[in-house]
Amino acid sequence: MRIVVNREALLLDALGAAFWPAESALIVSDLHFEKGSSFARGGQMLPPYDTMTTLSRIAELFARHKPRRVIALGDSFHDGEGPERLPEAARAMLTGLVSRCEWIWIEGNHDPDIPEWLGGRTASEIAIGGLVFRHEPLAGAAGEVAGHLHPCATVARRGHTLRRRCFVSDGVRLVMPAFGAYTGGLNVRDPAFQSLFGTSYLAYALGGRRVYAVAGDAQLMRRNIIEESHPSIPAIRTVDMP
Amino acid sequence: MNLLAKIDRPLPPVFAEWFAAKGWSPRPHQLALIEHAQAGESVLLVAPTGGGKTLAGFLPSLIELAGVHPRSRARAVHTLYVSPLKALAVDVARNLEMPASEMGLNLRIETRTGDTPASRRQRQKHLPPDILLTTPEQLSLLLSSRDAPRFFSKLRAVILDELHALHNSKRGDLLALALSRLQTLAPQHRRIGLSATVKDPAPLQRFLVPQPREGEAHSALVMGQGGAKPEIDILASDAYVPWAGHLAHHSMPEVMDAIRKAKTTLVFVNTRSQAERTFQELWRLNEDNLPIALHHGSLAPEQRRKVEAAMAKGALRAVVCTSTLDLGIDWGAVDKVICIGAPKGAARLVQRIGRANHRLDEPSRALLVPANRFEVLECEAARDAVLAGELDGDRVKKGSLDVLTQHILCVAVSSPFDADVLYDEVKTASPYAALSRKDFDDAVEFVATGGYALKTYERYARLRRTPEGLWRIASPRVAQQYRLNAGVIVEDPMLEVRLQGKGRPVGAGGRVLGKMEEYFLESLSPGDTFIFSGEVLRFEGIRETAAYVTRTRDPEAQIPSYNGGKFPLSTFLASRVREMLAHPEQWRTLPDPVGEWLRIQELRSILPKPGQLLVETFPRGSKEYLVCYPFEGRLAHQTLGMLLTRRLERLRKRPLGFVANEYALAIWALSDMSRLDLDKLFDEDMLGDDLDAWLAESMLYKRTFRNCAIISGLIERKTLNAEKTGRQVNFSSDLMYDVLRAHEPDHILLRATYEDAASGLLDIARLSGMLKRVKGRIVVRNLDRVSPLAVPALLEISKEMVAGEARDELLRETEEALVRDAMRV
Repeated sequence: MRIVVNREALLLDALGAAFWPAESALIVSDLHFEKGSSFARGGQMLPPYDTMTTLSRIAELFARHKPRRVIALGDSFHDGEGPERLPEAARAMLTGLVSRCEWIWIEGNHDPDIPEWLGGRTASEIAIGGLVFRHEPLAGAAGEVAGHLHPCATVARRGHTLRRRCFVSDGVRLVMPAFGAYTGGLNVRDPAFQSLFGTSYLAYALGGRRVYAVAGDAQLMRRNIIEESHPSIPAIRTVDMP
Repeated sequence: MNLLAKIDRPLPPVFAEWFAAKGWSPRPHQLALIEHAQAGESVLLVAPTGGGKTLAGFLPSLIELAGVHPRSRARAVHTLYVSPLKALAVDVARNLEMPASEMGLNLRIETRTGDTPASRRQRQKHLPPDILLTTPEQLSLLLSSRDAPRFFSKLRAVILDELHALHNSKRGDLLALALSRLQTLAPQHRRIGLSATVKDPAPLQRFLVPQPREGEAHSALVMGQGGAKPEIDILASDAYVPWAGHLAHHSMPEVMDAIRKAKTTLVFVNTRSQAERTFQELWRLNEDNLPIALHHGSLAPEQRRKVEAAMAKGALRAVVCTSTLDLGIDWGAVDKVICIGAPKGAARLVQRIGRANHRLDEPSRALLVPANRFEVLECEAARDAVLAGELDGDRVKKGSLDVLTQHILCVAVSSPFDADVLYDEVKTASPYAALSRKDFDDAVEFVATGGYALKTYERYARLRRTPEGLWRIASPRVAQQYRLNAGVIVEDPMLEVRLQGKGRPVGAGGRVLGKMEEYFLESLSPGDTFIFSGEVLRFEGIRETAAYVTRTRDPEAQIPSYNGGKFPLSTFLASRVREMLAHPEQWRTLPDPVGEWLRIQELRSILPKPGQLLVETFPRGSKEYLVCYPFEGRLAHQTLGMLLTRRLERLRKRPLGFVANEYALAIWALSDMSRLDLDKLFDEDMLGDDLDAWLAESMLYKRTFRNCAIISGLIERKTLNAEKTGRQVNFSSDLMYDVLRAHEPDHILLRATYEDAASGLLDIARLSGMLKRVKGRIVVRNLDRVSPLAVPALLEISKEMVAGEARDELLRETEEALVRDAMRV
């Protein structure tokens, strides 16, 4: 699905990445590589396949969009020692992908130091055209593309719920979904999003083959905050690709 | 030798005098248990309630302990008692004090449950009581302690209460494994199992004793004297029997009457929502203000304790309850049991009737209240079975692998173990007698490193090998994590439901109505209406751990809350119902409307013979229907519905939906389904690829996986820092499931999940049995309109959607039109 953020056209991919054709840039956020082994260190032996799963999805994006540039919006590793724990195959695949294009690691709160041997370059934030890329969103920052919050939308309809990762945008700024295989989510109706978007925004939920735009507040389930509801609005309204 | 002397022989004088002073004489089964115990044999006592069963279990221990002067008694547990309910353990301890003190035995009797304060736990370890009463979970925790060998070194007896309710479940698996450990620590002890009447005691007899490498071992068996035959009445009028529904509101005046005539009545229902609504309805009719209380699992524990206490004092005339009172404390005063809705199984009915703690020589009185026509048949079948002394047997399940992994960790926490030795020990537990070495080794690997083909977690291993080849825990932290997360009961996360005033801001407080499953509440949007605590409520939103609702005058609830039976109809009872359908001469006892219903069904379609599966197709409105009648219970029908709609979709029949009840499955579609190849449609191969594809996305399956992941410790309920909320656990377990399924479909946790689902939520085992049974015996009737037998299933569709005050009006129209059509000859 094509959306416009601060006058720049972006494609939202159903895998949870954004592609910026004008700059041939692929944007992914919160990869959280090696989250599985991070938990294993603490005694919970989560299946050790998260990094490979995440990487093969990125490879799929490479095949689809053929990007010249990749911007990883921070929290690329679940913790600072993540890069050292990469299994052999994952290490090879990741460095291979990084060497194929201009790879920019934006620093996140989980992974302040990306080691040099991984390749690519590191920045705390970067501005290109009308957009600025950083990990943690700042209030009132027009043109900002950020991650960090792991937005999820819960849609309810006749006793069934669907919880999906989503993009959140009001046309001025964009919050990316977390891309990593084990990343959980924060409901878009959490106050954290309100301070960024107020009440007028669209959530773009990841479907199997495409992204679905679901309207803001009234259609989404929320935890933590409640306000007057509008039951007359249908539960799901999809917006077709222009 | 005179008879009396012979009978009393095993009783020491102080006991014989005590019995005499009470004006009692010891029952034959009590004496038999003493003899088995004196011979050092383990024994199972099968007896109905009210036969002095618990005392029978303890008598041998009391006699042994009485023979030793208190000062020369070992400072060690002599007898260990395990109950499924902590309340029962506490109650039994209290009841045991009486004979012990009256005979001056000077015993130390203590309980150890989740509520026992830490100081007392510590003291118990240093100074163990003579008799310790506890639960399976607490027993495992005791065994995980380093000084378990010392603590249990002098153990002489283990008593397992309500064994029929424990075995064949994950808690039973946990207990069986704990017993296998105890056998190693205290090989000298003997066991007594106490059970309600069961069809086949053999699995329980095996449970009680260590299983040999080859063949099977059974404990001794003592059958208690059967009580007088119960008197079972079925309440069904010749004037009106509803077509569908589970509430039996039309019968409430008669139920109220029955309560009025009895001293104390237990009113059993099958689900929480039924309990709520029956309670409301009875109070509406309760002109004399009789003290009638409500008891179900969603009420706050203090509330339940209050009801139990009032009941024990004899202050109540009736309690409306769910299976929460199937087991537990005996109340002498109960003289009537009323079962609303279908009994679901003959053994369950016997158990419930037995809750009227009658004297053995007097019949217990029960009243069955069917809520619809199929339930009339089910009640008749259940009554016949109970009076004929026939019961339904359970499939004996294999020991669960997730429970095994928890036990392995428990053992490792107590001390390093040798895998060969532990494997042999585990196999002595009857649920694990057939455990393969591969499954065991996989379980050990799982505990150590997650057991993945990709060996990347070696350096974080929770278990490591000592130079001697023993497995030990890698750090004390592992023990802490085990203790925090031990146990096999995984509860659905619940939220409080709070009622707030209209127009007030949401979350501003309100009276607590009770608790409901978070997954249900989360599925609601603000403005949705649903039923809880007997009224239609409007959902306003969730804040923190509470859902806020307001009252609404909206007569109909939009969202059906789960209303079906919690227990599936037993296979045994189902086959009796099928028999009854096929034999018109058995219909004489049925109320007129039910008999008429069946006769017209015979005219318009057919009644299937036992062993046959009837499939009917007909158009109605703008849709085409296919209704089949497997009688295999809602769970199996739901799975069947999922699989059949997948197939019908491939056949381009454009299915729109399906509804399952205990007896039938109805599917509706846009295309005509009358010329289907039914043998092919119902072929067993649907349990292959179709099932596999469906499992990948099934929410029920993911929930089963979540339970296995929690029990096995893959996902921790509690971390050392803070408790995770249920929501977080749920979400992340779905991600694990997807990734694991993609990379290692044969992983031990996925195998455990499949076995669980096969017998549990999806009832695949039962479905598979049915598909085999009906092969080549499917009879089809392509009708021009709805058949009488199909009406209840079709009504379920609309009934699930509406409720409340106006539902009768609303439904009557729908129902009348449908019935007119069906019953037109």
